Amino acid sequence: MNGESEQGGISHKAVDLFVAGAIMALASLVMYDSQRIGAKWAFDGPQAGYFPFYVGLIMFMASLVTFSLALVSKKSRRVFVDSARFRSVLAIFVPSAVYIGGIYLLGIYVASTIFLSFFMRVHGGYRVQTIAPVALGVPAFLFILFEKWFLVPLPKGPVEALFGY
Amino acid sequence: MQIRSHTIASLLAPAAVLAAGVVAGTPALAAWEPTKPIEFIIPAGTGGGADQMARMLQGVVEKHKLSKQPLIVINKAGGAGAEGFLDVKNSKGNPHKIIITLSNLFTTPLATSVPFNWKDLTPVAMLALDEFILWVNAEAPYKSAGEFVAAVKAGEAGKFKMGGTGSKQEDQIITVWIEQITGAKFTYVPYKGGGEVATQLVGKHVDSTVNNPIEAVAQWRAGALRPLCVFDAKRIDLKDKITATMSWNDIPTCKDSGLNIEYLMLRGIFMPAGVTADQTNFYIDLFKKVRATPEWADFMKIGAFNTTFMSGKEYRDWVEKAEVTHKDLMTKAGFLAK
Amino acid sequence: MAESLEALFHGFAVAMTFKNVGFMLIGILLGVLIGVLPGLGGANGVAILLPLTFSMEPTSAIIMLSCIYWGALFGGAITSVLFNIPGEPWSVATTFDGYPMARDGRAGEALTAAFTSSFFGALVAVLVITFLAPLVAKFALRFGPPEFFAVYFLTFCSFVGMSKEPPAKTVASMMLGFALAAVGLDTVTGQPRMIFGVYEMIRGFDFLIAVIGLFGIGEILLTMEEGLSFKGVSAKINARVVWQTWKELPKYWATSLRGALVGCWMGITPGGATPASFMSYGLAKRFSKDGPQFGTGKIEGVVAPETAAHAAGTSALLPMLTLGIPGSPTAAVLLGGLLIWGLQPGPLLFVEHKDFVWGLIASIYLGNIVGLIIVLTTVPWWAAILRIPFSIIGPVIIVICAIGAFTVHNAMLDVAMMLFFGVIGYAFKKLNYPLAPLVLALVLGDMAESAFRQSMIVSKGSIAIFWSNGLVGGIMGLALILLLWPLIAGAKNKLIPKRT
Repeated sequence: MNGESEQGGISHKAVDLFVAGAIMALASLVMYDSQRIGAKWAFDGPQAGYFPFYVGLIMFMASLVTFSLALVSKKSRRVFVDSARFRSVLAIFVPSAVYIGGIYLLGIYVASTIFLSFFMRVHGGYRVQTIAPVALGVPAFLFILFEKWFLVPLPKGPVEALFGY
Repeated sequence: MQIRSHTIASLLAPAAVLAAGVVAGTPALAAWEPTKPIEFIIPAGTGGGADQMARMLQGVVEKHKLSKQPLIVINKAGGAGAEGFLDVKNSKGNPHKIIITLSNLFTTPLATSVPFNWKDLTPVAMLALDEFILWVNAEAPYKSAGEFVAAVKAGEAGKFKMGGTGSKQEDQIITVWIEQITGAKFTYVPYKGGGEVATQLVGKHVDSTVNNPIEAVAQWRAGALRPLCVFDAKRIDLKDKITATMSWNDIPTCKDSGLNIEYLMLRGIFMPAGVTADQTNFYIDLFKKVRATPEWADFMKIGAFNTTFMSGKEYRDWVEKAEVTHKDLMTKAGFLAK
Repeated sequence: MAESLEALFHGFAVAMTFKNVGFMLIGILLGVLIGVLPGLGGANGVAILLPLTFSMEPTSAIIMLSCIYWGALFGGAITSVLFNIPGEPWSVATTFDGYPMARDGRAGEALTAAFTSSFFGALVAVLVITFLAPLVAKFALRFGPPEFFAVYFLTFCSFVGMSKEPPAKTVASMMLGFALAAVGLDTVTGQPRMIFGVYEMIRGFDFLIAVIGLFGIGEILLTMEEGLSFKGVSAKINARVVWQTWKELPKYWATSLRGALVGCWMGITPGGATPASFMSYGLAKRFSKDGPQFGTGKIEGVVAPETAAHAAGTSALLPMLTLGIPGSPTAAVLLGGLLIWGLQPGPLLFVEHKDFVWGLIASIYLGNIVGLIIVLTTVPWWAAILRIPFSIIGPVIIVICAIGAFTVHNAMLDVAMMLFFGVIGYAFKKLNYPLAPLVLALVLGDMAESAFRQSMIVSKGSIAIFWSNGLVGGIMGLALILLLWPLIAGAKNKLIPKRT
């Protein structure tokens, strides 16, 4: 999984350092907030911040080890993900992020239809005859399942509002 | 089968409304009616007291066709109910959303400083009040609240353990209240739910609880728990025998046992702010109809609820007073968020 | 014993009516659907349908609702195996070996093993309910805060110390899980923790949202990186896979039995199905001769968690019926249902409503048999989903994950959070951070911490409470033995040289 190829891409070392650093930052936040609410052992046992504080401390130390190991690592040419592969990861990540943003604006059903059509068209190269049943059918089925049977309201937008939902 | 017929009914409902409107010709005079499913928020988890009542309401409305649009129950329990209240606060002017409350309407904002207040909501109606009862294990020697309190005072401070639901919520408030007026000192142990608390008392992991009737009645009937007194102004008005020898009515009030404490929990309905009087009236009317059903009456009996109903100004005043009481109690107990 | 049998036969007569069998079928089918969809768990599913049963006769109503629960228990395994997305929290451990099996083209085998083990677990649990109910119910009463903590500690100890990943990364990952579990309102003091003024965070990080993101979305990102296809989908899927798998399963009788016992214990005490599945998986890994290969697609790694989860889910009904305490969130909802139908759960239910109780118990037998037949016949179809090209199924999975994340709390923030967890899952997997300890810590952290602090309140800060009686001391001792097991096993190997 860890491609050792030497083409361009993101360096494994950089990502390793970044993640370890991020965890250390997070651990500091955890420790800071735990201190605020009390991280001592009171007369009736630990305070609210006692466990989180030590959790944060251990997390910090563990990541410090990872960070140091990564820093002295010799495998500096190792690639986390090469450019071509990274592009294909982005190819699904970016539309997914846009899709989730779209749910806010359009509601989940319309956004899903657009997302499914886009993905099938661009990545599968399907024709409209194949896309339409899936892109319309899946949201329609989910609509009946959630809104009608289970009575679980999912996010809806202007289009559903037109039909009185 | 059940599901299918339900689906068809709800599909046809809007059509029926339309048809009725066309026939009548003048729908303008008609009172406000919901035009889409009503979201019914529960600021507590599935299976708890508020959840049971809300799902019961949903079932009654469904069975007697009291509303053309279904009620959709949604649990938003996070942060001691803050999640649910914030949702309703942020739905200003939405007439298709209602929320059922527990005492956490008052206690959560005070204890956590999460920014909401009942004034961010529109009071609709009080459905009932939930009683609190002081329970001990049936094998404990105490026969009355007086004997029990005396024993707590006689023992070393904190020797007696009081189990309750949550922290800085109604159960702990009552506990602190007892401590304040009697000078007894408990160790309060917070648990996640009322049923769990009752079982812990049966297993003798705690010495007493202030469970709601519905949470402890099964254990009482089985002879595992003993009620000492009820935290209300008068006895519960239900004279049917629950155990071989006792009815709810046989439980003395705490006041008569020397514990001058009255505490009842609101089971009421609120709407978001900014709704019209017409819209509020629809719900008041709906809950009046619900109260008239035999199922509701049975449910009130099983849970030994105080069945006071209020709406309008009377309800608003009650809520206002309850808020003051809670603020006062929580200040004295030192539960306010710093 | 004879009395129980007689009552049970009467129960079968109640449950076997045409109408009740019909409700059973509907319940199972809906349950499988609910189990398959992540987010909409068994508890929600039952709660959602509860009002519909309002006008039904109580026995029929609980038969239908409990069958939804069995269905959800079966269904939870499906997406775990096929897409690495646990449909239910207790299916997380099933992904560890189930998903690798599917990637090797053995999805049918993994599903058959999962369903059959679930059935076996339920069967053992319902036998316990039938014959040992009064005895076992009293046992549950002995569990106070220290005992609960000991059980969570045991779960934890049976699972840790098995990672092949760098130790510093394993520790960091586990601590991250604990930290996430601590976010939100602290149950013991009622203080908000680590919300940094963002009030929407007060409800905390839900386990399911993290899991859908880390496992489901993370896996999709990895799949994309590897070029748009699920590996090994070309394998043939035939209807005979059920028989072939069945021939193999008896070999793992010890794992199944252990899983069922762990499950019953955890359901009754009530520790819950999710810890049960992790504990059973951890124990199987430790005691199986194939232990070191767990995680690469061993059928035993599917058998262990599924047996335990279903046994725990089923036996969780016992404390509900006899004591009125729910052993699981779903049992809590059913408990509410009993009240709505005018029945009082608790010690007298067995006496006053014989028809109801024994009808329900009989329906557990029947419902699980019906459920097993339904899910097994659909195995080839489920497995065939993997043949759908990724450019169609990929986005459909993302849509379902988004809905799943939303339905947990009806919150959009959770959907965005899910995507974020997806990125973490992807990065962690590539950097050799193990995900299992994170998930275990996230699911156990909150419960273990409250139980520990409740114990401390009771004991006024003395740790000695964890050795204060035989029960809690025994569980703690067992936990410590398991924690130190690698050392003990190592010493044993040195003392007793292996025969060649």
